[in-house]
Amino acid sequence: MATQNPSFSVAASAEPTTESSAKPFVNPYVGGILLGLVLFLSFLITGNGLGASGGLNRLLVVVEDAFWPGHVDNVRYLIDMAGGDRNPLDSWVVFVTLGTIAGGFFAGWRNGRLKVETIKGPQISRETRWLMAFIGGTAMGFGARLARGCTSGQALSGGAVLSVGSWAFMLAVFAGAYALAYFVRRLWL
Amino acid sequence: MTPFPLPLGELLGHWPSYIVYLVIGFAFGYVLEISGFGKSTKLAAQFYFKELTVLKVMFTAIVVGMLGVFLSTALGVLDYNLVWVNPTYLWPGIVGGLIMGVGFIVGGFCPGTSLVSAATGKLDGIFFVLGVFFGIFLFGETVGLFEDFWNSSFMGRFTLMELFNTSTGVIVIGVTIMALAAFFFAEQAEKFIGGMNLAQFGRWRYGAAVALVLVAAVVLTIGQPTNADKWEAIAATQQPRIDTRAIYASPGEILDLMEDPRLIVELIDVRSETDFNLFHIQDATHLPLADVLDYASELQARPANMLIVVLSNDEAAATEAWRILVAESVPNVYVLEGGVNQWLDTFSDETFRTAHKLAAREPDQLGYRFEAALGARYPAADPNPDVFELEYTSVVELQIKRGPSSGGCG
Repeated sequence: MATQNPSFSVAASAEPTTESSAKPFVNPYVGGILLGLVLFLSFLITGNGLGASGGLNRLLVVVEDAFWPGHVDNVRYLIDMAGGDRNPLDSWVVFVTLGTIAGGFFAGWRNGRLKVETIKGPQISRETRWLMAFIGGTAMGFGARLARGCTSGQALSGGAVLSVGSWAFMLAVFAGAYALAYFVRRLWL
Repeated sequence: MTPFPLPLGELLGHWPSYIVYLVIGFAFGYVLEISGFGKSTKLAAQFYFKELTVLKVMFTAIVVGMLGVFLSTALGVLDYNLVWVNPTYLWPGIVGGLIMGVGFIVGGFCPGTSLVSAATGKLDGIFFVLGVFFGIFLFGETVGLFEDFWNSSFMGRFTLMELFNTSTGVIVIGVTIMALAAFFFAEQAEKFIGGMNLAQFGRWRYGAAVALVLVAAVVLTIGQPTNADKWEAIAATQQPRIDTRAIYASPGEILDLMEDPRLIVELIDVRSETDFNLFHIQDATHLPLADVLDYASELQARPANMLIVVLSNDEAAATEAWRILVAESVPNVYVLEGGVNQWLDTFSDETFRTAHKLAAREPDQLGYRFEAALGARYPAADPNPDVFELEYTSVVELQIKRGPSSGGCG
């Protein structure tokens, strides 16, 4: 379908893809419009936007609560989610997160992009990429909780409903990434 | 009331309502994947000006989402008061954002996209997700050390309209045009730095850009509903509640509810400052009628077990305040039956009544004479519920809050 209408797909030649059977990604503007519609419907139906890091947080707390319930009951940040008989899974964002995983898997499967592989810049080893992914993820996880939301929950959702804090946050994310990009260019270029 | 957002908990039940979120999440993950957001090199290319897919997808989504939301509120279909607007904690947000920017360029993902990447078998995505878990764990364990900072610069529900002191329509059209300008520069970068052929994005995108500006212009032209418009829209269902006196709770009922440990009762006194200083009920908040509308968004954010009781000397001003708050979708608002005058009739003793009650007065004026502005330092301001065994017909029925009580990755 996408190949019949080149205007609706990023040409495969724009970048070398590692997997030959994979279908090209959609035009970024089409992706953006679809994402915007999902976001709008989410606000319209539920009053909530999208989110991801909060769901991961609560999944983590389930594990913590299973092994160290006493600890969870003593840390104020965790009590709100799982103190006493509170169920950390009892939150909308957990289900958005689970849905995101399923939706990503389904899209990858339908478009021939399900493949165990490591995507990295040409100059670094797989192991370096894994380590950097872990370190970057750690910074992301920490920063997302400090900022009370990640790119989805703050920038995208809060941006669309015109929250001042969300716009300040969004600019900070781009500023942080652009400021460091030059120094870590070997990772990607 | 506006039909949206839907009262999901009421319609489907608590746990079944989460199916809706599962479907929304599924669509979210699906769109992220087909946009190429599961692929770290594609995301990182953004920061070397080679391919600005991240910016294009994100800002197109923000503009489309924003236009959908504010067109719906302009048409009175969606209530903006019931939409979760991330509260602003300015500095924790900025510092957290900078840390996330670092994580983005080092790790190649943000949390949402890493989930999609991991779900499609990318090992770098899986390591990133493990890192996110570790980062969240670290935060939970250390936040006690910098809790003051984490809770600093709190500005509540603070929108760009308030920041720039302008109408929603102007902001909506401004954001739309800014995004289109950003797309133009992004494409120039892709052409000259990334060496991309821009024809691949299709000529239809120019038409789409015009369509977005037109929708923004429509939002600007219609304008957002005023409090009076909102009341107009709900008057058919709410006016009968006034007429049948279903919103007037007797002093006895209010006193009993104030003693109920499961409830928080907030008394809002809309009388003049003079009357308030002469006498008011213990713990009542003074809020002139003119300020009630501004205070509505604050009441909106209160916990679900909050009961709001507005009161004036009689009932007229309080009923007006009730209309304003109900039109703004503030849940669980009632009026004190007979106002302060009936309260004093009920809870002051015989000697006080005979000495201070006025023989005649204007409507909604204080019916008692006070020599000094002693505020709540009268026995009737804080009556003992064990002394007064009052008969009344209960009118207060607590409703489940509609709309989100938490959001933004809560």
